[in-house]
Amino acid sequence: MIAVVDYKAGNLRSVERALDRLGVPCGITAEPGAIRSADRVVFPGVGAAGSAVEDLKASGIDRVLREVVDRGTPFLGICLGAQIILEWSEENDAACLGLLPGTVSRFPSPLPGPAGERLKVPHMGWNGLRKRCDHPLLEDVRETDEFYFVHGYYPRPASEDHVIATTEHGTRFPSVIGTGNLAAMQFHPEKSGEPGLRILERFARWDGRHAE
Amino acid sequence: MLSKRIIPCLDVRDGKTTKGIRFRENVDIGDPVEMARLYYEEGADEIVFYDITASSDRRDIMIDVVDRVAREIFIPFSVGGGIRTLEDMRRVLLAGAEKVSVNSAAIHDPSIIREGARAFGSQCIVLGMDVKRVVATEAIPSGYEMVIHGGRTDTGRDALAWALEAEALGAGEICLNSIDADGTRDGYELALTALVSGRVGIPVIASGGAGRIHHLFEALTEGQADAALVASIVHYGTHSIGEIKERLHDLGVKVRRTWD
Repeated sequence: MIAVVDYKAGNLRSVERALDRLGVPCGITAEPGAIRSADRVVFPGVGAAGSAVEDLKASGIDRVLREVVDRGTPFLGICLGAQIILEWSEENDAACLGLLPGTVSRFPSPLPGPAGERLKVPHMGWNGLRKRCDHPLLEDVRETDEFYFVHGYYPRPASEDHVIATTEHGTRFPSVIGTGNLAAMQFHPEKSGEPGLRILERFARWDGRHAE
Repeated sequence: MLSKRIIPCLDVRDGKTTKGIRFRENVDIGDPVEMARLYYEEGADEIVFYDITASSDRRDIMIDVVDRVAREIFIPFSVGGGIRTLEDMRRVLLAGAEKVSVNSAAIHDPSIIREGARAFGSQCIVLGMDVKRVVATEAIPSGYEMVIHGGRTDTGRDALAWALEAEALGAGEICLNSIDADGTRDGYELALTALVSGRVGIPVIASGGAGRIHHLFEALTEGQADAALVASIVHYGTHSIGEIKERLHDLGVKVRRTWD
């Protein structure tokens, strides 16, 4: 059973529908007990860092998330869920969960592109990945695959070793991050067509280990 | 680098697509869910549904369509038409759409944009603009005027000024439809698209006028659009989404590769 953590932060049902399509049992839940006992945890999110973290702390889910990550439960952060696992976000100057060392930055404005053109923020649409290392969740990702992004801020792990893949939008930013059983992606695998579904399928079978 | 998006637009009335859609062995398909699935498989980057159901008491049919579409396709899609209140937005988003599009309701009451962005995030709020070319005046310095009711009613509002105002209010994207070009199949209104896209910092979807693949090329290069809306060019089987993307790729436009 995969627990999709409910903290009123959007796109929960999209994740649930994608997992349904894959035939993977899952449940949207805000119950600490259900999150603790899940085989795997998906931590989604759309919205703003400050209020999301406040909600998580008020409900005590922040401690439950740390517990499951420490215990080795495979954990997948998505979009905002890939940002607030870090320690601090420039968005609302918000202290975050600190499950991974690092911070969250806003894309600079104006943001010039390779030809000097003005790039738009939020970074909205389809973009590719450049893998920095092999990762079990990205095993099916081909060089031409693209994924759906929509965000104005991006994660910056303190250690390069925690950057699994990067994406280019004016700057090359970490788009898949993590360590051990913790993995997180800035894009939405549940909205990225078949390549995205294949990542979720991999996650549903992942034991949380990978050769570093 | 971001890909330019190709977005089919489906008009839906009482739960059925309105155009005599013919493609794939010339089969008529009037089911929006089935069409969305076919476009998804062809490589559409996103889908726009426009609800033109006349009577408001039949709007629940659209909610059911949205719910079924969300189970079938795993790319973003937006719903416009008849979105007037936060509650309208909430229902469509909860049913599974990523974005809602507001058009005339925002002209009447711009605060719906701010409230929608605050409640659901800017990324959810698309401003739909129907624009007509006019002689530039003091009131309409850009020479493009906002119109509503399918172009039948002028608003006296400058299109560029409205785009900038909506961005400031929190709109996350603009779908820019030229009433002059719409239905002509003679190409997008490039000057308008470039004018707006060059000034706002949010993505702009060019809409209205696509008849040939080269028109999309123009909108995405000269027109500086981030995405192009397509309707009859794909609905009547002139081209598949895959053909369009492959040709654009050959012309040097970065598109998401969905063919092998």
